[in-house]
Amino acid sequence: MSPEPPLISRGASAPQDADRSTVPPDGRPLAEQPKWRRDFPIDWPQDEYVSRRDLVKFICLTSVAFVVGQFWIVGKSLFGRREAALPALAIADVDELPIGGAKTFRYPEGSTPRLLVRTGAATFVAYDQQCTHLLCPIVPAHREGMGVAASERGLELHCPCHNGWFDLETGRPLAGPPRRPLPRVSVEVRGSIVYATGVEEPAA
Amino acid sequence: MPVPATLEFFIDPARCIGCQACVQACAECDTHRGQSMIQLDYVDRAHSTQTVPVVCMHCDSPTCAEVCPADAIKRTEDGVVHSARKPRCIACNNCVLACPFGVPKMNTEMQLMMKCNMCYDRTSVGLKPMCASVCPSQALAFGTREEMARLRPSARPVNTFQFGAQTITTKVNMMVPADDGPDWVDVTAAMHEPTIGHQMLDDIFDDDVFGGDGFIDLLNDDPADA
Ligand code: SF4
Ligand code: SF4
Ligand code: FES
Repeated sequence: MSPEPPLISRGASAPQDADRSTVPPDGRPLAEQPKWRRDFPIDWPQDEYVSRRDLVKFICLTSVAFVVGQFWIVGKSLFGRREAALPALAIADVDELPIGGAKTFRYPEGSTPRLLVRTGAATFVAYDQQCTHLLCPIVPAHREGMGVAASERGLELHCPCHNGWFDLETGRPLAGPPRRPLPRVSVEVRGSIVYATGVEEPAA
Repeated sequence: MPVPATLEFFIDPARCIGCQACVQACAECDTHRGQSMIQLDYVDRAHSTQTVPVVCMHCDSPTCAEVCPADAIKRTEDGVVHSARKPRCIACNNCVLACPFGVPKMNTEMQLMMKCNMCYDRTSVGLKPMCASVCPSQALAFGTREEMARLRPSARPVNTFQFGAQTITTKVNMMVPADDGPDWVDVTAAMHEPTIGHQMLDDIFDDDVFGGDGFIDLLNDDPADA
């Protein structure tokens, strides 16, 4: 069986211009080829080529994506701080701690340590004990400096690792490297027992 | 920088002596350091010592690129078909199976198809590819067409191949006998034939060729009138 003579004979003598584009095996011009052939050219220059329309499309879509992302971040910080529904857990006796005293506990069982602080006769606050900077454990302390003596300033939460400070009532960062508030654990005093009733999910 | 249009690659398998120099030199190429992309095929090992170096022919319609589902194989404007682009290649092996000449190699460790790219770092600045620069018999040669015509008066370059129903034209040339050589090479024609054919054995004892007595007098042969 002798083969048909060659259909195409371009070979090494073919023009070497930069506009040369893929000649498909059937040898028909590019205009008669299916669309995918134009979309996926074999030649490097055509493959690298970005049309104005593609560029505009890319710019529009990415800026839309950025705008959507900004709204998403805002929305999440406004509505995103939800509490996980957990069964209440007895964590301390009211009389166990003096005012200003603190105690660690785990809630739910096996969690990272949380810190319970007695702020008044019957008021307690609790937070995740991990600093929101680099996860060192926080402790209640008085801040000194900026012309204010330690004894004159109220109790705050202190991270000794890089001198981070948090507000005791809200958990918001006050000074030092931390930028995000401490995840709050809600507590409830029933009779003489303090119960943890929920954990705020940390802002992602 | 593209490979100069005047410089071409010529393969003459008949000159190949199987020394493996090209295979070693290929691994020195900076575009795929440590990996030899050239393959030395034994044509019919049981009966012949003939070897054939296989480099990419750089097809005008590269089958490897045609079958690539990931759009990974690209050809530069000078007609050189390159290894798969790493971010695209999905290591599916399609190109390895589809190439009529059996050129692409799958680097399973890197999940990347690699192939001969004519030593693009060298040829694009006008140097010979590694293999052609070391080939002692110049079975792999790189130079101008005029040079080749001068050095090989009895051979002529052919760049058309028939592979079943597929016609392939290539950037790389195969040397065939100048006067009665074929206009295109049938890639699979010899698949089921012994490499040293009856033709050749017949020729040796042919009366017409060797003057009557069917005996070749090697000792008294005068090379001057051969
Ligand atoms: S010889 Fe094989 S690897 Fe080289 S361009 Fe042709 S199909 Fe691709
Ligand atoms: S192995 Fe890579 S280059 Fe080859 S056909 Fe598959 S994706 Fe394409
Ligand atoms: S870890 Fe708390 S301030 Fe750095």
